[in-house]
Amino acid sequence: MELYHLTVSSLAKKIKEKEITIKEVLDNLYTRIEAVEQKVDAYITLTKEYAYERAKILQERLDAGEDIGIMGGVPIAIKDNICTNGIKTTCASKMLENFVPFYNATVIEKLENAGAIIIGKANMDEFAMGSSTENSAIKKTKNPWDNERVPGGSSGGSAAAVSSEIAYCALGTDTGGSIRQPASFCSVVGLKPTYGLVSRYGVVAYASSLDQVGPITKSVEDAALLLNVIAGNDKKDSTSANLEKKDYLQSLINDIQGKKLGVPKKFIETGLNADVKKAYEDALQTLEDLGAEIVDISLDYAKYSLPTYYIIATAEASSNLGRYDGIRYGHRAKNFDSLEELYVKSRTEGFGDEVKRRIMLGTYVLSAGYYDAYYKRGQQVRTLIIEDFKKAFETCDAIVIPTTPNTSFKFGEKTSNPIEMYLEDIFTVPVNIAGLPAISVPGGFDTKGMPIGMQFISKAFDEETLLQIAYTFEQNTNFHESKPTI
Amino acid sequence: MKEYEVIIGLEVHAELSTNTKAYCNCTTEFGADPNTHCCPICTGMPGTLPVLNEKVVEYAIKMGLATHCTIAQFSKQDRKNYFYPDTPKAYQISQYDLPLCKNGHLDIEVEGNKKTIGITRIHIEEDAGKLIHDAYTGDTLVDFNRCSVPLIEIVSEPDIRNAKEAVEYMQTLKSILEYLDICDCKMQEGSLRCDVNLSVRPVGQKEFGTRTETKNLNSFKAIQNLIESETKRQIEVLENGGTIYQETRRYDDAKGESYAMRTKEDAQDYRYFPEPDLVPIVLSEEYISSLKNSLPELPHVKKDRYMSEYGLSEYDASILTMSIHTANYFEKVVKKCNNPKIAANWMMGDFARMLNESDLQINECNITEENMASLIQLIDDGTISSKIAKTVFEEMFITGKEASKIVKEKGLIQISDEGAIQAIVENVVANNPQSIVDYKAGKDRALGFLVGQVMKESKGKANPGLVNKLLLTILNK
Repeated sequence: MELYHLTVSSLAKKIKEKEITIKEVLDNLYTRIEAVEQKVDAYITLTKEYAYERAKILQERLDAGEDIGIMGGVPIAIKDNICTNGIKTTCASKMLENFVPFYNATVIEKLENAGAIIIGKANMDEFAMGSSTENSAIKKTKNPWDNERVPGGSSGGSAAAVSSEIAYCALGTDTGGSIRQPASFCSVVGLKPTYGLVSRYGVVAYASSLDQVGPITKSVEDAALLLNVIAGNDKKDSTSANLEKKDYLQSLINDIQGKKLGVPKKFIETGLNADVKKAYEDALQTLEDLGAEIVDISLDYAKYSLPTYYIIATAEASSNLGRYDGIRYGHRAKNFDSLEELYVKSRTEGFGDEVKRRIMLGTYVLSAGYYDAYYKRGQQVRTLIIEDFKKAFETCDAIVIPTTPNTSFKFGEKTSNPIEMYLEDIFTVPVNIAGLPAISVPGGFDTKGMPIGMQFISKAFDEETLLQIAYTFEQNTNFHESKPTI
Repeated sequence: MKEYEVIIGLEVHAELSTNTKAYCNCTTEFGADPNTHCCPICTGMPGTLPVLNEKVVEYAIKMGLATHCTIAQFSKQDRKNYFYPDTPKAYQISQYDLPLCKNGHLDIEVEGNKKTIGITRIHIEEDAGKLIHDAYTGDTLVDFNRCSVPLIEIVSEPDIRNAKEAVEYMQTLKSILEYLDICDCKMQEGSLRCDVNLSVRPVGQKEFGTRTETKNLNSFKAIQNLIESETKRQIEVLENGGTIYQETRRYDDAKGESYAMRTKEDAQDYRYFPEPDLVPIVLSEEYISSLKNSLPELPHVKKDRYMSEYGLSEYDASILTMSIHTANYFEKVVKKCNNPKIAANWMMGDFARMLNESDLQINECNITEENMASLIQLIDDGTISSKIAKTVFEEMFITGKEASKIVKEKGLIQISDEGAIQAIVENVVANNPQSIVDYKAGKDRALGFLVGQVMKESKGKANPGLVNKLLLTILNK
């Protein structure tokens, strides 16, 4: 078997037991990248030199008998909106095309402490705004299953890299589905942890109250392993939860006997693609066969998630993106005659259409006279959605719904109508609005052979239940075993 | 001309003297080289997050408690969005609808009349950086050292009616801030500054007139001048049939005049919304009451105590308690010398004058409290005269030497030996026969002249009481 087929846990074991050197791992992977990357275009930056330096140090420590961490020597791709000290962090924007942070995101510190090696920065929708990675100002990432189709987004580069096995694992960020939707489109595992479980420090903010970092992996086990590394309270992030550290690997139990799984029938009945519907019904049958009890739940307000999301997320984005003004870093217009012109030109040139659209929308909903009608009302609906889920979890342990209503679409198919693109996130957005954890696991293929993802949602900070159910589903299906041919 | 009433409200900004900034670990120290006290957080680099310095909350609550505010057990922080190069995040973290403190008041006294000024609210926020305009190159540079230094904004009700009240209100706030040790109150460095909201209306009119807001006044003089000139300007406009526009104005200290910066039409929409990067501030009753119990003796309480305990006049007591540094100094001196009245006279007389002349604060001067007390003791026990004491004091002020050492070195010990003084007195009387004649003729000034001559002969060391007594004995013979 080719080395790059390995999962994180099996690779880490081989390195630890010295069946293979870290350099050999990198040699193999970069050779693979050289062959495949031009077809996928998953990376904005490759950090080869840095990776080999890290590999040398880690190997020396390992050879000296040191414990180099649970991810010791394992290569990882990082979504390009997560700050990496000394490595360009572009957010796939012209605005930050040459931006090199001089600090690390907390998740990067944690990964490095666990022995992981950053091999590159992955492509994404500009500033994480989008569902197809088509909004990247840098390049177009292809879906490894069909290079005429999108990988999903915004963490499209991360998902495509893991799917095409030019990364063993990756970090993504999820504000409205940006980890789960591309994971679903590319047939990999994508975990969006509970809001507050993983530090946001150093993660370039899109919508602060919704953003969350999470792993994109080949298996549920790897997702649990990465979550072990990145989760935990961070004094640098006031919104990070102060909870006792858990070992999520303990949740990898192949048993869901007696678990109650909620199905919000009414919420998912519209717009669901026939193939996805079929896969979903099959998944429910599988789960039932494994001893789970399928229960009806209602999520009355979930249908208002999208409008709520496009108010709250854009409001926060309009403020978060104000700092890109051409003054201290980032793109600055060449010619300007006044401060205002410097601002206007730099931002006009530096931001893409979707980013501008969301800044304008967010600016509008926060404006004097409109705040109460939009932002305040959005927050009120958000509370109703949170209550909705709370009520649902009184009768079930987790909710299961498809990750997306459709499978991957062709480039340009939805770019002319943003609303149509936004609708792709209808099943993922409610989770962010409620701050809950959710995972997308491979759940089938449509008639064109494009992947379908199944999504499990659990109570806040109950990643254990989530992982157990996802793991059991994965272990008793074989969708994750199929790999794209590139 | 109609009679007008002036309506004034102040928004006072006080930089809190915490060691570190409001949302990061950078020092708040003033005066460093540009951009040496900043980090990714306070310069708003991508991905960074603020974490609230708990001292900021503590200091703000202390000010709230000292001004009789209600302290909110639940409050939050908000973003005030606007573009300006001194604001690197393009928003200022402030508090919008749920401030930490509200509904307080402050008692002031102007020319013997007591008055209560309402305090609408006190909230926390962060300061901006500083723009430096390079006149030589024409460039504008930004210094982020001040960026994110914590501030409290103290907003008064429109209860102030003239410049004197405004200055007194500001003075009283300053005094409390110093007592609480939460702001260094260096107005020239901008650590205490205020915005003046002012309108006028004909006496008897119920509705307020249109107000203007003049920003960033950083001296008592500027506040007074601005209020006087802005009052005059508004009345003149109205008298000439004009209209007052709601506008933001800037005061030019050098020219002593203000001018409009922007009108209401181009007023910014700050798009306030709750800061999602920070959690709400939730305070327990125990925490608030523990802060209440930790408050020091405040100026008005101290003043009352000086009157009752030291027997000082209300005027003296209020002067001495205005600054915590003066009050602390005074109390230490009194504790040593046990003579509050003489101590008070010194503090308000020569000491205040010398400090003023040399532009020093009392806590910056050379004379320790112990030395000041021993000087007073030397006067008390007759070792030196009050007159000599002035010379000794000046020497102490410059060199910081002990009083007794100066007295010894310069041979300034008071002559209280009757025989020695008698000899000088007789000599002076013999040399000034005309003065004797004048004195006998009822010219009291002659006595003063003779005393002066004796003091001169004795190089100022003769005990003035004895000189008087002995002279009178001879003159009245």
